[in-house]
Amino acid sequence: MDTLSNLALGFSVAVTPFTLFLAVVGCFLGTIIGALPGLGPANGVAILIPLAFTMGFDATEALALLTSVYYGAMYGGRISSILLNIPGDEPAVMTTLDGYPMARQGRAGDALVLSGVASFAGSFLATIGLAVMAPLLARVAYLFGPAEYFALYLLAFCTLGGLAGKNQAKSAIAALIGLSIAMIGIDPNNGTTARYTFGNLHLNDGINFLVAIVGLFAVAEVFFFIESHGKDSAVGVKLDKVTLPIREILNCKWVMLRASILGFFAGVLPGAGASLGSFMAYMSEKAIARDGDTFGTGNPKGVAAPEAGNNAAAGGALVPMLTLGVPGSGTTAVLLALLMTLNITPGPLLFADRPDVVWGLIATLFIANIVLLVMNVPMVRIFVYILSVPAYVLLPGVTMVSFVGVYSLSGSYFDLLMMVVFGIGGYILRKLEVPLVPVILGVLLGNQMENSLRKAMTLSDGDWTYLFSSPIAIVLWIAAIGGFVAPMFLRGLLRRPPLPGDGVADQD
Amino acid sequence: MIRSDRVFGLAIVLVALAMIAGALQFQEPFFASGPVGPKVFPILIAGLMVLCGGLMMARPDPEPDWPHAMSLLRIAVAVVVMVGYAYALKPFGFLLPTAIASGVIAVLIRPDALRATLTGAGLSVGLFLIFKYALGLTLVPWRWPF
Repeated sequence: MDTLSNLALGFSVAVTPFTLFLAVVGCFLGTIIGALPGLGPANGVAILIPLAFTMGFDATEALALLTSVYYGAMYGGRISSILLNIPGDEPAVMTTLDGYPMARQGRAGDALVLSGVASFAGSFLATIGLAVMAPLLARVAYLFGPAEYFALYLLAFCTLGGLAGKNQAKSAIAALIGLSIAMIGIDPNNGTTARYTFGNLHLNDGINFLVAIVGLFAVAEVFFFIESHGKDSAVGVKLDKVTLPIREILNCKWVMLRASILGFFAGVLPGAGASLGSFMAYMSEKAIARDGDTFGTGNPKGVAAPEAGNNAAAGGALVPMLTLGVPGSGTTAVLLALLMTLNITPGPLLFADRPDVVWGLIATLFIANIVLLVMNVPMVRIFVYILSVPAYVLLPGVTMVSFVGVYSLSGSYFDLLMMVVFGIGGYILRKLEVPLVPVILGVLLGNQMENSLRKAMTLSDGDWTYLFSSPIAIVLWIAAIGGFVAPMFLRGLLRRPPLPGDGVADQD
Repeated sequence: MIRSDRVFGLAIVLVALAMIAGALQFQEPFFASGPVGPKVFPILIAGLMVLCGGLMMARPDPEPDWPHAMSLLRIAVAVVVMVGYAYALKPFGFLLPTAIASGVIAVLIRPDALRATLTGAGLSVGLFLIFKYALGLTLVPWRWPF
């Protein structure tokens, strides 16, 4: 019953006219961000953080806005998957498999409504799961000392690297690049040693992770669009009529339930995230459905399963982020950056010290879900209209919002130059198929990872075996090594089925 | 045959070696801050980078499709415009640099001078109104440094 009284507290914090307004704005922006190809959820949340920060929102308000954007982007990704065969964001790739064939059969409206309801089921159940499971995990997290945290950070890098990339060496390099960037600046442990600053005073405080995130995601994306002449843009989409396919929604109710549960647990695994959730949900439904052979030709179950799965995973990914401070996906990494910008340290203490923030956030998620259901089912036509904004307007707009956001943080041209440098770096890394999310995670967690190592060594007086001395630490080390190595052998099983038609998929 | 992955791997190895060399030069304070000082973690990370960079050189992936010379030139123009924007935002105010920068990026994505001019002007004024009145940011609309 603790959970219910906590939730009541959460709603009392979250339900003010202004936060409700922010939630509605966030849901609207999020759906657009998710729907537009090339502007993924991590990207969208990243460019909005500096703005939310300069507008002087308090923690509850900033979180209401940006978690609504996060959930909204997960809903929005399906729209361009279904209508254009171009996934709006990476987790929506699986939705193209049956969504686009349904649209070609003239059932685009049905597919959009069904996937909207599936998204709602997935994220609603996952939010309940978050409310139940997060306090339990927070209690376990109390047992974590520096040695365990060090192993946990390692686990996050290993599972993220193992699952996200095709080439393990490249994923590892990505994480190491991020960790190296985090080391730049005055050593936070002794406050005197300047590391890799090259005598430049601008670098003494280190590199602001928001600058790195916006550069790596948003600015690099602009370069990709310039290279491709904006071919992936979505001009000329049409949607005829939207009705409520009640029979199909009822037919899919067990599909949605199973996919949500599977997706939630895929999301909880550190490093796995929403893409794995939608993938697992789709493949398992295909395996157990009696009409499994029609998956890929426009089966409604093939639309409901991945959407419920990816939205549930989005909720699940918040569990490790809030309780342990270890994000489960690129977008939750960006949300972690938001918390750190607001001076909130995620972890078990957050549940004890700032219940208003945690439960206010969870309450906001429930509210955002209902707002999103209303926006994405009866009002889906508006978003289809917005999808036809041409790339030559959208991308300059994104660039300018990024620049003004970062500029308003510090008012320094140096941060803007760093952002361009990160943009070039992000472009080159993506070309070489080096994943960017481990870089972000490294920049975010680098200092804490080093701190926990040094604290552990201080506690043990320099004895390195202390890192493996507790059962929790040993389990984490084994999981980390397994998570990094296992995908090498499972690669054949985890291969994605080919996309239908001749659409160009945004695979990163 | 030279592959991009080999070049990148080599660059990583060289940067990592420079990091180790740099870490050995770090000035530690007189009072010790624990058995593990500021040098150990950087050296650990750089050591792993040497290993992974070497692996990339030994087993490179197929070559990515790099942009043609013209696309590369367009990206270079975008970089120059962005750097110029970073320096121009303070002395010239918001409107003029934003109109020029977004117009140039628009023309790089779609080579159509009329649309790009309209995009630049529209985004500059539109974003200014949004930032100023909807978000309440303090932006200087224009300024002339000379």
